[in-house]
Amino acid sequence: MSETAMAENPQPEDDLLVDVRGVDKVFKRGSETVHVLGGLDLQIPRGEFLALMGPSGSGKSTLLNLVGGLDRPTEGSITVGGQRIDKLSDRKLAGWRANHVGLVFQFYNLMPVLSARRNVELPLLLTKLSAKERRKRAELALEIVGLSHRLGHYPRQMSGGEQQRTGIARAIVTDPTLLLCDEPTGDLDRKSGDEILDLLQALNREQGKTIIMVTHDQLAADRATRTLHLDKGRLVTGMQGQGTG
Amino acid sequence: MKFLSLIFGNLRRKKLRTALTVLSIIVAFVLFGYLGAIRAAFLAGIDVAGADRLITRNKVSLINLMPMAHLAEIERVEGVDMAAHNTWFGGIYQEPSNFFAQIVVEPEALLELFPEYVVSEEDQRRWLATRTGVLIGRGLAERFEWSVGDKVPIMNPLWSQQGGDPNWVFDVAAIYDGAEQGVDTSQMFIRFDFFDEARSGGQGLVGWYTVRIDDPDRAAEVAVAIDQVFANSPDETKTEPEGAFIQGFANQMGNIGFIITSIVGAVFFTILLVAGNTMAYSVRERINELAVLKAVGFTDGGVLGLVLGESLVITVIGGGIGLALAWLMVSAGDPTGGALPVFFIPLRDLLLGVLLIFVLAFIAGIFPARMAQRLQVADALRR
Ligand SMILES: Nc1ncnc2c1ncn2[C@@H]1O[C@H](COP(=O)(O)OP(=O)(O)O)[C@@H](O)[C@H]1O
Ligand SMILES: [Mg+2]
Repeated sequence: MSETAMAENPQPEDDLLVDVRGVDKVFKRGSETVHVLGGLDLQIPRGEFLALMGPSGSGKSTLLNLVGGLDRPTEGSITVGGQRIDKLSDRKLAGWRANHVGLVFQFYNLMPVLSARRNVELPLLLTKLSAKERRKRAELALEIVGLSHRLGHYPRQMSGGEQQRTGIARAIVTDPTLLLCDEPTGDLDRKSGDEILDLLQALNREQGKTIIMVTHDQLAADRATRTLHLDKGRLVTGMQGQGTG
Repeated sequence: MKFLSLIFGNLRRKKLRTALTVLSIIVAFVLFGYLGAIRAAFLAGIDVAGADRLITRNKVSLINLMPMAHLAEIERVEGVDMAAHNTWFGGIYQEPSNFFAQIVVEPEALLELFPEYVVSEEDQRRWLATRTGVLIGRGLAERFEWSVGDKVPIMNPLWSQQGGDPNWVFDVAAIYDGAEQGVDTSQMFIRFDFFDEARSGGQGLVGWYTVRIDDPDRAAEVAVAIDQVFANSPDETKTEPEGAFIQGFANQMGNIGFIITSIVGAVFFTILLVAGNTMAYSVRERINELAVLKAVGFTDGGVLGLVLGESLVITVIGGGIGLALAWLMVSAGDPTGGALPVFFIPLRDLLLGVLLIFVLAFIAGIFPARMAQRLQVADALRR
């Protein structure tokens, strides 16, 4: 992938992977309502590595959850790969997540009771693959993230960086179109964080994965092909990342 | 099956807690199985009681005797196929704790009326040829290691021999086996002809009648008809189906069935709280993990199933081991060393135990499972 993709660069329709239109998100807690996102529009072309920055509480995670089908917008539409996901039933939405989204969390969110291989295999349990095939794919995913030597290790036996790489392996094992990372380096030291970013960048460039990454770290955002800033639930346009490649 | 590693992983998370929960379930099921065998022993005979057999006894009480002459009159009642008389002997072998039932009968009639007592041709012939001979059950034979040809001395405070000697000696002439599990093989049958001639008094008096009827569906009718024959006579009768008679006999010792059911019920209620508590904690501790499962695509129903599956694994392991242990303990023998007429876990109780395993799993798991099912992913991931 060559240079940066500009936000205002119109993409051909068929290359548009994520299309967020007029999205409002309001949380109700008792009588109190919190307007987190207001009239938000966002278009993400296939193959983009988008960094999402913004102050804490600005709604970054909320936006990521909406795009990943973990939550539903109060208003507006979200289309991913041509599919109106906000209209899907809970059950269909779960199936959609299993097939189309890989999630990477700040605190890894691995199952402490499962080995690295079993953790990575988890999303495959929902497929019709044979045990052998599941195992093979999990091992391949772990190989991609450079953890072939850690198959049988449990999360507590691994460093933060290794755990996050396991998390990424779990996110890519189903070969999803879209990778959503919420502060993936937020809990890591610089060196481990850089390794994670190298990995995400490679997945974006070599495998063409579309990535949305929430981050507080400008250096991390610099790896992306485009950076957007969210402030009080609105996108602040026009800042561009500088791919380091 | 592929979700088992996930389920077992979760159970291993708090090993001690899981172990204690499984242990309490084991204890509950051991009690369930063992007490089930004891209840079955007390109610022995009710299940295998012949539907076509009635018992006619003295209306005053079970221990009041009746004239033997009733026999012919009973057999004349419409619907009666045949009848035979029985008398409680009630002797003691060596010491009172060696209790077992001794019943005085007409041998041919007994063999005819009770096809569930299986006696070889050879033994039948021997018994019919030996006036002092007795027919004993396999269980009784094993209990005192008696075999055919042995002499059995019995002291009887109720019935003494002519001349006042309370000591009787019988010859083991035949041994019967039960045609099915549950048939009481702890009894001894004494020949009436010998007894009636040898006893010092009460000649011509017997304890109760066993009556076989043509049509089990007409049991109530026939029972009334029999009792009417002796109404207003000095020896009025009370006739009831054999099962009800045995039940009434068992109830003289208190309602054993009710007591045991109450104990088992209380134990299971406690276990339900223990298992429910374990499941509730197990879910509450990993809200975040359950949310991650949903995030990667598990459906709400899938997560519900996973939690119920976990509950089921705990109860299947605990209940399975518990029932198996109860089975082993019961097979090792009757706790009284042979005084119980039968001692085994009835098939019905085993099936009930298996059912209980599932019921327990469901009740203990359903509330936490519903909670896990209802978790909102985005919301739960923030915790
Ligand atoms: N489930 C929820 N219930 C109520 N308020 C929420 C919920 N999720 C997020 N919020 C609120 O929405 C705002 C944005 O949250 P979030 O998207 O997590 O911000 P960021 O990721 O940018 O730090 C915060 O004020 C937060 O308290
Ligand atoms: Mg956030």
